[in-house]
Amino acid sequence: MNNDFKKDFAIFEGNDIIYFDNAATAQRPRKVMEAMTTFNDTCNANPLRGLYDWSVRATAAYEEAREKTAAFIGAQTSEEIIFTRNATESLNLVAYSYGLSHIKEGDEIVISVMEHHSNILPWQMVARERKAKLVFLECDEEGTIAREEYESKITDKTKIVSIMQVSNVLGVTNPVREIADYAHAKGAVVIVDGAQSVPHRAVDVQALHADFLAFSAHKMCGPMGMGVLYGKKELLEDMPPFLTGGEMIEYVTREDATFAELPHKFEAGTVNAQGAAGLSAAIDYLRDVGFDRIRETEDRLTKRLMAGMQELPYITICGANDPLLHSGIVTFNIEGCHPHDVSSVLDTEGICIRAGHHCAQPLMKHLGVQSTARASLYFYNTEEEVDRFLEKLGKVREWLGIK
Amino acid sequence: MEMKDLYREIVNEHNLYPSHKKDLADPTIVLQGVNPSCGDDINLQLLVENDTIADAAFNGSGCAISQASADMMIDLIIGKKTDDALRLAEQFMGMIKGTATRDEIEELEEAAALEDISHMPARVKCANLAWRTMKEEIEKLQKGE
Ligand SMILES: Cc1ncc(COP(=O)(O)O)c(C=O)c1O
Repeated sequence: MNNDFKKDFAIFEGNDIIYFDNAATAQRPRKVMEAMTTFNDTCNANPLRGLYDWSVRATAAYEEAREKTAAFIGAQTSEEIIFTRNATESLNLVAYSYGLSHIKEGDEIVISVMEHHSNILPWQMVARERKAKLVFLECDEEGTIAREEYESKITDKTKIVSIMQVSNVLGVTNPVREIADYAHAKGAVVIVDGAQSVPHRAVDVQALHADFLAFSAHKMCGPMGMGVLYGKKELLEDMPPFLTGGEMIEYVTREDATFAELPHKFEAGTVNAQGAAGLSAAIDYLRDVGFDRIRETEDRLTKRLMAGMQELPYITICGANDPLLHSGIVTFNIEGCHPHDVSSVLDTEGICIRAGHHCAQPLMKHLGVQSTARASLYFYNTEEEVDRFLEKLGKVREWLGIK
Repeated sequence: MEMKDLYREIVNEHNLYPSHKKDLADPTIVLQGVNPSCGDDINLQLLVENDTIADAAFNGSGCAISQASADMMIDLIIGKKTDDALRLAEQFMGMIKGTATRDEIEELEEAAALEDISHMPARVKCANLAWRTMKEEIEKLQKGE
Protein backbone atom coordinates (compact mmCIF):
# COMPACT_ATOMS: atom_id res chain seq x y z
CA MET A 1 0.00 0.00 0.00
CA ASN A 2 1.57 3.25 -1.10
CA ASN A 3 0.37 6.73 -0.38
CA ASP A 4 0.14 9.78 -2.56
CA PHE A 5 1.61 12.35 -0.23
CA LYS A 6 4.71 12.84 -2.34
CA LYS A 7 2.51 14.67 -4.82
CA ASP A 8 2.15 17.46 -2.28
CA PHE A 9 5.85 18.25 -2.53
CA ALA A 10 7.45 20.02 -5.46
CA ILE A 11 10.86 18.62 -4.58
CA PHE A 12 9.78 15.04 -5.38
CA GLU A 13 8.51 15.93 -8.82
CA GLY A 14 10.32 14.46 -11.82
CA ASN A 15 12.84 12.38 -9.90
CA ASP A 16 12.90 9.22 -7.86
CA ILE A 17 15.19 10.42 -5.11
CA ILE A 18 14.74 8.46 -1.91
CA TYR A 19 14.80 10.97 0.91
CA PHE A 20 15.51 9.11 4.14
CA ASP A 21 17.01 11.99 6.13
CA ASN A 22 13.81 13.27 7.65
CA ALA A 23 15.17 13.42 11.18
CA ALA A 24 17.62 16.07 9.96
CA THR A 25 15.02 18.09 8.13
CA ALA A 26 11.67 17.25 6.57
CA GLN A 27 10.51 18.32 3.13
CA ARG A 28 8.10 21.24 2.73
CA PRO A 29 4.83 20.77 0.90
CA ARG A 30 3.55 23.29 -1.61
CA LYS A 31 0.88 24.44 0.82
CA VAL A 32 3.52 25.68 3.24
CA MET A 33 5.36 27.53 0.50
CA GLU A 34 2.07 29.00 -0.71
CA ALA A 35 1.26 30.32 2.74
CA MET A 36 4.65 32.00 2.90
CA THR A 37 4.23 33.43 -0.57
CA THR A 38 0.78 34.72 0.33
CA PHE A 39 2.24 36.49 3.34
CA ASN A 40 4.94 37.96 1.16
CA ASP A 41 2.60 38.99 -1.64
CA THR A 42 -0.28 40.36 0.39
CA CYS A 43 0.82 41.77 3.72
CA ASN A 44 4.60 41.89 4.09
CA ALA A 45 5.36 44.62 6.60
CA ASN A 46 7.07 44.79 9.95
CA PRO A 47 4.64 43.15 12.34
CA LEU A 48 3.95 44.85 15.67
CA ARG A 49 5.35 48.20 14.63
CA GLY A 50 2.95 49.60 12.06
CA LEU A 51 -0.43 51.15 12.23
CA TYR A 52 -1.41 50.59 8.63
CA ASP A 53 -3.27 47.73 7.03
CA TRP A 54 -0.35 45.60 5.82
CA SER A 55 1.38 45.74 9.16
CA VAL A 56 -1.85 44.98 10.97
CA ARG A 57 -2.39 41.95 8.78
CA ALA A 58 1.24 40.84 9.14
CA THR A 59 0.77 41.01 12.90
CA ALA A 60 -2.48 39.08 12.64
CA ALA A 61 -0.80 36.33 10.59
CA TYR A 62 2.00 36.09 13.12
CA GLU A 63 -0.31 35.94 16.11
CA GLU A 64 -2.61 33.47 14.42
CA ALA A 65 0.39 31.15 14.05
CA ARG A 66 0.99 31.52 17.76
CA GLU A 67 -2.62 30.63 18.57
CA LYS A 68 -2.46 27.63 16.29
CA THR A 69 0.81 26.43 17.79
CA ALA A 70 -0.62 26.82 21.29
CA ALA A 71 -3.65 24.70 20.40
CA PHE A 72 -1.43 22.18 18.57
CA ILE A 73 0.56 21.30 21.69
CA GLY A 74 -2.13 21.96 24.28
CA ALA A 75 -0.74 25.17 25.79
CA GLN A 76 -3.19 27.02 28.01
CA THR A 77 -2.74 30.38 26.36
CA SER A 78 -0.86 31.63 23.33
CA GLU A 79 1.32 33.76 25.62
CA GLU A 80 3.04 30.52 26.50
CA ILE A 81 4.39 30.20 22.96
CA ILE A 82 7.68 31.96 22.18
CA PHE A 83 8.88 31.89 18.60
CA THR A 84 12.60 31.34 18.12
CA ARG A 85 14.84 30.31 15.22
CA ASN A 86 14.94 26.60 16.06
CA ALA A 87 14.94 24.06 18.88
CA THR A 88 18.55 24.93 19.64
CA GLU A 89 17.67 28.56 20.29
CA SER A 90 14.66 27.50 22.36
CA LEU A 91 16.86 25.36 24.61
CA ASN A 92 19.44 28.12 24.86
CA LEU A 93 16.74 30.58 25.83
CA VAL A 94 15.69 28.40 28.76
CA ALA A 95 19.30 27.82 29.80
CA TYR A 96 20.39 31.45 29.65
CA SER A 97 17.21 32.91 31.08
CA TYR A 98 15.75 30.34 33.47
CA GLY A 99 18.98 28.41 34.07
CA LEU A 100 21.31 31.27 34.90
CA SER A 101 18.72 33.02 37.07
CA HIS A 102 17.68 29.95 39.08
CA ILE A 103 20.68 27.68 39.40
CA LYS A 104 23.01 28.21 42.33
CA GLU A 105 26.26 26.68 43.45
CA GLY A 106 25.82 23.04 44.40
CA ASP A 107 22.54 22.60 42.50
CA GLU A 108 22.22 19.76 40.03
CA ILE A 109 21.01 19.73 36.44
CA VAL A 110 19.97 16.34 35.08
CA ILE A 111 20.07 15.48 31.37
CA SER A 112 20.54 12.14 29.60
CA VAL A 113 23.48 10.64 27.79
CA MET A 114 21.45 10.42 24.59
CA GLU A 115 20.78 14.16 24.28
CA HIS A 116 21.47 16.11 21.12
CA HIS A 117 24.34 18.55 21.59
CA SER A 118 21.79 21.36 21.65
CA ASN A 119 20.47 19.96 24.93
CA ILE A 120 23.94 19.39 26.39
CA LEU A 121 26.05 22.45 25.68
CA PRO A 122 23.64 25.03 27.13
CA TRP A 123 23.55 23.06 30.41
CA GLN A 124 27.31 22.66 30.47
CA MET A 125 27.43 26.45 30.24
CA VAL A 126 24.96 26.94 33.12
CA ALA A 127 26.76 24.37 35.27
CA ARG A 128 30.12 26.03 34.62
CA GLU A 129 28.85 29.56 35.25
CA ARG A 130 27.00 28.66 38.42
CA LYS A 131 29.29 25.95 39.77
CA ALA A 132 26.46 23.49 39.55
CA LYS A 133 26.75 19.81 38.70
CA LEU A 134 25.63 18.30 35.41
CA VAL A 135 24.31 14.78 35.99
CA PHE A 136 23.68 12.27 33.18
CA LEU A 137 20.96 9.65 33.04
CA GLU A 138 22.45 6.56 31.41
CA CYS A 139 20.57 4.25 29.09
CA ASP A 140 21.03 0.60 28.20
CA GLU A 141 21.85 -0.66 24.69
CA GLU A 142 18.25 -0.43 23.59
CA GLY A 143 18.14 3.15 24.79
CA THR A 144 15.95 2.51 27.81
CA ILE A 145 16.41 4.76 30.81
CA ALA A 146 15.39 2.62 33.77
CA ARG A 147 13.19 3.87 36.56
CA GLU A 148 15.94 3.15 39.12
CA GLU A 149 18.27 5.28 37.02
CA TYR A 150 16.21 8.46 37.10
CA GLU A 151 14.97 7.85 40.62
CA SER A 152 18.53 7.62 41.86
CA LYS A 153 19.89 10.57 39.90
CA ILE A 154 17.05 13.05 40.40
CA THR A 155 17.35 14.23 43.99
CA ASP A 156 16.46 17.15 46.21
CA LYS A 157 19.48 18.92 44.74
CA THR A 158 18.07 18.67 41.22
CA LYS A 159 16.66 21.96 39.99
CA ILE A 160 16.37 21.24 36.28
CA VAL A 161 15.71 18.07 34.30
CA SER A 162 16.07 18.47 30.54
CA ILE A 163 15.38 15.46 28.37
CA MET A 164 14.49 14.54 24.80
CA GLN A 165 11.17 12.85 24.19
CA VAL A 166 12.41 10.87 21.18
CA SER A 167 16.08 10.19 20.41
CA ASN A 168 17.36 11.33 17.02
CA VAL A 169 19.73 8.34 16.97
CA LEU A 170 17.93 5.41 18.59
CA GLY A 171 14.38 6.56 17.91
CA VAL A 172 13.51 5.43 21.41
CA THR A 173 10.78 7.27 23.34
CA ASN A 174 11.74 8.25 26.85
CA PRO A 175 9.26 7.96 29.73
CA VAL A 176 9.06 11.74 29.91
CA ARG A 177 5.87 11.96 31.90
CA GLU A 178 7.10 9.55 34.57
CA ILE A 179 10.40 11.40 34.77
CA ALA A 180 8.56 14.73 34.95
CA ASP A 181 6.36 13.54 37.80
CA TYR A 182 9.33 12.29 39.74
CA ALA A 183 11.28 15.49 39.08
CA HIS A 184 8.34 17.69 40.07
CA ALA A 185 8.02 15.84 43.35
CA LYS A 186 11.65 16.77 43.99
CA GLY A 187 10.96 20.40 43.11
CA ALA A 188 12.71 20.52 39.72
CA VAL A 189 11.40 22.01 36.48
CA VAL A 190 11.23 19.80 33.42
CA ILE A 191 12.29 20.79 29.92
CA VAL A 192 11.42 18.51 27.03
CA ASP A 193 13.28 18.50 23.72
CA GLY A 194 10.47 17.68 21.33
CA ALA A 195 12.46 18.14 18.12
CA GLN A 196 11.93 14.48 17.11
CA SER A 197 8.54 13.87 18.71
CA VAL A 198 6.37 16.83 17.75
CA PRO A 199 6.67 16.14 13.99
CA HIS A 200 5.54 12.52 14.39
CA ARG A 201 2.87 12.29 17.05
CA ALA A 202 0.33 14.38 18.91
CA VAL A 203 2.25 15.98 21.76
CA ASP A 204 0.30 17.60 24.56
CA VAL A 205 2.26 19.55 27.13
CA GLN A 206 -0.44 19.02 29.77
CA ALA A 207 -0.43 15.25 29.31
CA LEU A 208 3.37 15.27 29.30
CA HIS A 209 3.53 17.40 32.48
CA ALA A 210 6.25 19.46 30.79
CA ASP A 211 7.22 22.90 32.02
CA PHE A 212 9.00 23.73 28.77
CA LEU A 213 8.95 22.15 25.32
CA ALA A 214 11.32 22.99 22.46
CA PHE A 215 10.97 22.08 18.78
CA SER A 216 11.82 23.21 15.24
CA ALA A 217 9.42 23.93 12.37
CA HIS A 218 11.77 22.54 9.72
CA LYS A 219 11.47 18.98 10.99
CA MET A 220 7.68 19.09 10.67
CA CYS A 221 7.28 20.28 7.07
CA GLY A 222 7.65 23.93 8.06
CA PRO A 223 10.33 26.45 7.15
CA MET A 224 13.89 26.62 8.42
CA GLY A 225 14.64 29.46 10.80
CA MET A 226 11.47 29.00 12.81
CA GLY A 227 11.38 27.33 16.20
CA VAL A 228 9.10 27.14 19.19
CA LEU A 229 9.55 27.32 22.91
CA TYR A 230 6.56 26.52 25.06
CA GLY A 231 6.86 27.55 28.69
CA LYS A 232 4.39 27.60 31.56
CA LYS A 233 3.16 31.14 31.97
CA GLU A 234 4.14 31.54 35.62
CA LEU A 235 7.67 30.38 34.84
CA LEU A 236 8.05 32.61 31.78
CA GLU A 237 6.72 35.65 33.65
CA ASP A 238 9.35 35.20 36.26
CA MET A 239 12.25 34.90 33.81
CA PRO A 240 14.55 37.70 32.60
CA PRO A 241 14.71 38.38 28.86
CA PHE A 242 17.16 36.35 26.79
CA LEU A 243 17.96 38.91 24.08
CA THR A 244 17.17 42.59 24.38
CA GLY A 245 16.48 45.39 21.93
CA GLY A 246 13.49 46.37 19.86
CA GLU A 247 9.96 44.94 20.10
CA MET A 248 10.44 43.56 23.59
CA ILE A 249 10.10 46.72 25.72
CA GLU A 250 7.48 48.92 27.30
CA TYR A 251 9.56 51.96 28.16
CA VAL A 252 13.18 52.75 27.62
CA THR A 253 15.04 55.59 29.30
CA ARG A 254 18.72 56.38 28.98
CA GLU A 255 19.58 54.09 31.83
CA ASP A 256 16.84 51.55 32.05
CA ALA A 257 13.93 49.78 30.44
CA THR A 258 10.79 47.94 31.35
CA PHE A 259 9.99 44.88 29.36
CA ALA A 260 6.97 44.03 27.32
CA GLU A 261 4.45 41.44 28.41
CA LEU A 262 4.69 37.82 27.46
CA PRO A 263 5.44 36.50 24.93
CA HIS A 264 7.05 39.61 23.39
CA LYS A 265 9.51 39.90 26.24
CA PHE A 266 11.33 36.96 24.67
CA GLU A 267 11.09 38.01 21.05
CA ALA A 268 13.58 40.81 20.61
CA GLY A 269 13.94 42.40 17.20
CA THR A 270 11.94 41.90 14.03
CA VAL A 271 10.36 38.48 14.12
CA ASN A 272 10.11 35.86 11.39
CA ALA A 273 6.48 36.49 10.51
CA GLN A 274 6.71 34.81 7.14
CA GLY A 275 8.19 31.76 8.84
CA ALA A 276 5.34 31.79 11.33
CA ALA A 277 2.87 31.77 8.45
CA GLY A 278 4.74 28.73 7.13
CA LEU A 279 4.64 26.98 10.50
CA SER A 280 0.95 27.66 10.73
CA ALA A 281 0.39 26.04 7.33
CA ALA A 282 2.61 23.10 8.31
CA ILE A 283 0.45 22.47 11.37
CA ASP A 284 -2.66 22.54 9.18
CA TYR A 285 -1.02 20.19 6.74
CA LEU A 286 0.07 17.68 9.39
CA ARG A 287 -3.42 17.80 10.90
CA ASP A 288 -4.92 17.03 7.49
CA VAL A 289 -2.60 14.08 7.05
CA GLY A 290 -3.39 13.08 10.62
CA PHE A 291 -1.04 11.80 13.28
CA ASP A 292 -2.72 8.39 13.24
CA ARG A 293 -1.86 8.00 9.61
CA ILE A 294 1.64 9.38 10.12
CA ARG A 295 2.26 6.88 12.89
CA GLU A 296 0.74 3.97 11.02
CA THR A 297 2.82 4.66 7.89
CA GLU A 298 6.07 5.15 9.79
CA ASP A 299 5.55 1.98 11.80
CA ARG A 300 4.69 -0.09 8.76
CA LEU A 301 7.70 1.19 6.81
CA THR A 302 10.05 0.80 9.76
CA LYS A 303 8.99 -2.83 10.17
CA ARG A 304 9.67 -3.51 6.51
CA LEU A 305 12.97 -1.67 6.59
CA MET A 306 14.29 -3.35 9.71
CA ALA A 307 13.13 -6.79 8.60
CA GLY A 308 15.05 -6.32 5.35
CA MET A 309 18.13 -5.03 7.13
CA GLN A 310 18.08 -7.88 9.61
CA GLU A 311 18.43 -10.30 6.69
CA LEU A 312 21.83 -8.81 5.91
CA PRO A 313 24.12 -10.40 8.50
CA TYR A 314 26.78 -7.71 8.26
CA ILE A 315 24.40 -4.93 9.34
CA THR A 316 24.00 -3.94 12.97
CA ILE A 317 21.12 -1.72 13.99
CA CYS A 318 21.48 0.55 17.02
CA GLY A 319 18.80 0.42 19.67
CA ALA A 320 15.77 -1.80 20.14
CA ASN A 321 14.97 -4.87 18.05
CA ASP A 322 11.31 -3.91 17.96
CA PRO A 323 10.68 -1.59 14.98
CA LEU A 324 7.73 -0.05 16.79
CA LEU A 325 10.16 1.46 19.29
CA HIS A 326 12.09 3.36 16.59
CA SER A 327 9.85 6.27 15.62
CA GLY A 328 10.94 5.76 12.03
CA ILE A 329 14.63 6.19 12.88
CA VAL A 330 17.01 3.35 11.99
CA THR A 331 20.66 3.97 12.80
CA PHE A 332 23.04 1.29 11.58
CA ASN A 333 26.51 0.21 10.60
CA ILE A 334 27.71 -2.05 7.82
CA GLU A 335 30.62 -4.17 8.92
CA GLY A 336 33.84 -3.09 7.24
CA CYS A 337 32.37 0.10 5.79
CA HIS A 338 32.66 3.60 7.12
CA PRO A 339 29.24 5.32 7.28
CA HIS A 340 30.49 8.21 5.15
CA ASP A 341 31.44 5.87 2.36
CA VAL A 342 28.07 4.15 2.71
CA SER A 343 26.20 7.42 2.31
CA SER A 344 28.48 8.53 -0.56
CA VAL A 345 27.83 5.42 -2.64
CA LEU A 346 24.12 5.48 -1.81
CA ASP A 347 24.06 9.10 -2.93
CA THR A 348 25.15 7.98 -6.37
CA GLU A 349 21.93 5.91 -6.42
CA GLY A 350 19.79 8.89 -5.46
CA ILE A 351 19.45 7.89 -1.81
CA CYS A 352 19.81 10.48 0.94
CA ILE A 353 20.80 9.27 4.39
CA ARG A 354 22.78 10.80 7.19
CA ALA A 355 26.21 9.64 8.35
CA GLY A 356 28.29 10.80 11.26
CA HIS A 357 27.74 11.34 14.96
CA HIS A 358 24.30 12.96 14.61
CA CYS A 359 25.21 15.70 17.10
CA ALA A 360 25.14 13.11 19.86
CA GLN A 361 28.79 12.35 20.59
CA PRO A 362 28.28 11.33 24.22
CA LEU A 363 25.72 8.75 23.08
CA MET A 364 28.05 7.47 20.34
CA LYS A 365 30.74 7.00 22.93
CA HIS A 366 28.28 5.29 25.28
CA LEU A 367 27.27 2.90 22.50
CA GLY A 368 30.92 2.32 21.59
CA VAL A 369 30.63 3.49 17.99
CA GLN A 370 32.53 6.31 16.29
CA SER A 371 30.11 7.11 13.62
CA THR A 372 26.93 5.57 12.19
CA ALA A 373 24.62 5.79 9.20
CA ARG A 374 20.98 6.71 9.75
CA ALA A 375 17.85 6.25 7.68
CA SER A 376 14.90 8.23 9.04
CA LEU A 377 11.40 8.01 7.61
CA TYR A 378 8.37 10.23 7.38
CA PHE A 379 4.79 9.68 6.26
CA TYR A 380 5.45 10.54 2.61
CA ASN A 381 7.96 7.73 2.22
CA THR A 382 6.72 4.55 0.58
CA GLU A 383 7.15 0.79 0.62
CA GLU A 384 8.56 0.98 -2.88
CA GLU A 385 11.28 3.31 -1.58
CA VAL A 386 12.04 1.01 1.31
CA ASP A 387 12.39 -1.94 -1.07
CA ARG A 388 14.61 -0.01 -3.45
CA PHE A 389 16.70 1.22 -0.53
CA LEU A 390 17.15 -2.35 0.74
CA GLU A 391 18.16 -3.56 -2.68
CA LYS A 392 20.86 -0.88 -2.95
CA LEU A 393 21.94 -1.36 0.63
CA GLY A 394 22.67 -4.98 -0.22
CA LYS A 395 25.18 -3.83 -2.81
CA VAL A 396 27.10 -1.35 -0.71
CA ARG A 397 29.75 -3.80 0.43
CA GLU A 398 30.44 -4.86 -3.11
CA TRP A 399 30.78 -1.23 -4.19
CA LEU A 400 33.22 -0.66 -1.37
CA GLY A 401 35.31 -3.63 -2.44
CA ILE A 402 34.34 -6.12 0.26
CA LYS A 403 33.82 -9.56 -1.17
CA MET B 1 35.15 9.68 -12.56
CA GLU B 2 31.93 8.69 -10.86
CA MET B 3 32.05 8.00 -7.15
CA LYS B 4 31.52 4.25 -7.43
CA ASP B 5 34.27 3.95 -10.07
CA LEU B 6 36.60 6.00 -7.93
CA TYR B 7 36.05 3.57 -5.09
CA ARG B 8 36.40 0.53 -7.31
CA GLU B 9 39.45 1.64 -9.22
CA ILE B 10 41.48 3.39 -6.56
CA VAL B 11 40.12 3.93 -3.11
CA ASN B 12 39.07 0.41 -2.12
CA GLU B 13 42.48 -1.11 -2.77
CA HIS B 14 44.31 1.39 -0.57
CA ASN B 15 41.60 1.35 2.06
CA LEU B 16 41.32 -2.42 2.37
CA TYR B 17 44.99 -3.28 1.79
CA PRO B 18 47.01 -0.24 2.85
CA SER B 19 50.80 -0.53 2.55
CA HIS B 20 51.58 2.02 5.21
CA LYS B 21 49.02 1.45 7.93
CA LYS B 22 51.27 0.54 10.83
CA ASP B 23 53.39 2.13 13.54
CA LEU B 24 56.98 3.27 13.02
CA ALA B 25 59.46 2.12 15.65
CA ASP B 26 61.10 5.49 16.12
CA PRO B 27 59.27 8.35 14.39
CA THR B 28 60.66 11.89 14.50
CA ILE B 29 57.18 13.33 14.84
CA VAL B 30 53.67 12.00 15.33
CA LEU B 31 50.56 14.10 14.95
CA GLN B 32 46.86 13.40 15.23
CA GLY B 33 44.71 14.70 12.40
CA VAL B 34 40.96 14.79 12.96
CA ASN B 35 37.85 15.77 11.09
CA PRO B 36 35.54 16.29 14.03
CA SER B 37 32.40 16.35 11.93
CA CYS B 38 33.08 12.97 10.27
CA GLY B 39 34.98 11.23 13.01
CA ASP B 40 38.00 10.66 10.76
CA ASP B 41 40.94 10.35 13.05
CA ILE B 42 44.42 9.51 11.78
CA ASN B 43 47.76 9.48 13.41
CA LEU B 44 50.54 10.31 11.00
CA GLN B 45 54.11 9.33 11.80
CA LEU B 46 57.15 10.67 9.98
CA LEU B 47 60.77 9.64 10.26
CA VAL B 48 62.85 12.58 9.02
CA GLU B 49 66.60 12.34 8.46
CA ASN B 50 68.67 15.12 6.85
CA ASP B 51 65.52 16.96 5.78
CA THR B 52 64.37 13.86 3.97
CA ILE B 53 61.35 11.73 4.78
CA ALA B 54 63.05 8.41 5.37
CA ASP B 55 59.87 6.61 6.35
CA ALA B 56 56.23 7.31 7.13
CA ALA B 57 53.18 5.43 8.38
CA PHE B 58 49.68 6.09 9.61
CA ASN B 59 47.15 4.59 11.94
CA GLY B 60 43.68 5.36 13.16
CA SER B 61 40.23 5.14 11.69
CA GLY B 62 38.22 6.97 9.15
CA CYS B 63 36.35 6.67 5.91
CA ALA B 64 37.87 4.94 2.88
CA ILE B 65 38.71 8.24 1.22
CA SER B 66 40.69 9.56 4.16
CA GLN B 67 42.49 6.24 4.60
CA ALA B 68 43.29 5.79 0.92
CA SER B 69 44.46 9.36 0.60
CA ALA B 70 46.84 8.87 3.52
CA ASP B 71 48.20 5.66 2.05
CA MET B 72 48.77 7.20 -1.38
CA MET B 73 50.36 10.26 0.15
CA ILE B 74 52.86 8.16 2.04
CA ASP B 75 53.72 6.24 -1.15
CA LEU B 76 54.52 9.57 -2.71
CA ILE B 77 56.50 11.30 0.03
CA ILE B 78 58.85 8.57 1.22
CA GLY B 79 62.31 9.55 0.02
CA LYS B 80 61.32 13.15 -0.72
CA LYS B 81 62.87 16.25 0.79
CA THR B 82 60.57 17.86 3.36
CA ASP B 83 60.32 21.00 1.22
CA ASP B 84 59.17 18.90 -1.71
CA ALA B 85 56.63 17.11 0.48
CA LEU B 86 55.28 20.48 1.59
CA ARG B 87 54.99 21.60 -2.00
CA LEU B 88 53.19 18.38 -2.94
CA ALA B 89 50.74 18.91 -0.08
CA GLU B 90 49.96 22.38 -1.44
CA GLN B 91 49.52 20.90 -4.90
CA PHE B 92 47.21 18.18 -3.63
CA MET B 93 45.03 20.63 -1.74
CA GLY B 94 45.13 22.90 -4.79
CA MET B 95 43.90 20.01 -6.92
CA ILE B 96 41.01 19.37 -4.53
CA LYS B 97 40.17 23.08 -4.59
CA GLY B 98 40.29 23.00 -8.38
CA THR B 99 43.17 25.45 -8.70
CA ALA B 100 46.13 23.17 -9.51
CA THR B 101 47.66 22.99 -12.99
CA ARG B 102 47.87 19.77 -15.05
CA ASP B 103 51.60 19.48 -14.33
CA GLU B 104 51.08 19.96 -10.61
CA ILE B 105 48.42 17.26 -10.62
CA GLU B 106 50.55 14.81 -12.58
CA GLU B 107 53.35 15.17 -10.08
CA LEU B 108 51.02 13.70 -7.45
CA GLU B 109 51.23 10.34 -9.22
CA GLU B 110 48.52 7.95 -8.02
CA ALA B 111 47.00 10.54 -5.67
CA ALA B 112 46.04 12.49 -8.77
CA ALA B 113 43.21 10.01 -9.11
CA LEU B 114 41.44 11.81 -6.29
CA GLU B 115 41.01 14.88 -8.48
CA ASP B 116 37.29 14.26 -8.83
CA ILE B 117 36.84 14.79 -5.11
CA SER B 118 36.93 18.47 -6.05
CA HIS B 119 33.34 17.95 -7.27
CA MET B 120 32.29 16.26 -4.04
CA PRO B 121 32.32 18.97 -1.40
CA ALA B 122 31.21 16.59 1.34
CA ARG B 123 34.39 14.56 0.94
CA VAL B 124 36.99 17.32 0.57
CA LYS B 125 37.96 17.26 4.22
CA CYS B 126 38.40 13.48 4.12
CA ALA B 127 40.74 13.65 1.14
CA ASN B 128 42.78 16.51 2.60
CA LEU B 129 43.15 15.18 6.13
CA ALA B 130 46.48 13.34 5.79
CA TRP B 131 48.00 16.10 3.66
CA ARG B 132 46.96 18.81 6.06
CA THR B 133 48.43 16.81 8.94
CA MET B 134 51.69 16.16 7.08
CA LYS B 135 52.04 19.86 6.30
CA GLU B 136 51.52 20.74 9.93
CA GLU B 137 54.14 18.25 11.04
CA ILE B 138 56.79 19.46 8.63
CA GLU B 139 56.12 23.06 9.52
CA LYS B 140 56.52 22.18 13.17
CA LEU B 141 59.83 20.43 12.46
CA GLN B 142 61.09 23.32 10.37
CA LYS B 143 60.24 25.78 13.12
CA GLY B 144 62.20 23.54 15.44
CA GLU B 145 59.24 22.79 17.70
C1 LIG C 1 16.57 15.68 19.31
C2 LIG C 1 17.00 16.94 18.67
N1 LIG C 1 17.09 18.05 19.42
C3 LIG C 1 17.45 19.22 18.90
C4 LIG C 1 17.76 19.35 17.57
C5 LIG C 1 18.19 20.67 17.06
O1 LIG C 1 17.32 21.18 16.12
P1 LIG C 1 17.71 22.48 15.32
O2 LIG C 1 18.98 22.18 14.62
O3 LIG C 1 16.57 22.69 14.41
O4 LIG C 1 17.87 23.58 16.32
C6 LIG C 1 17.68 18.23 16.75
C7 LIG C 1 17.99 18.32 15.32
O5 LIG C 1 18.85 17.71 14.76
C8 LIG C 1 17.30 17.00 17.32
O6 LIG C 1 17.24 15.89 16.58
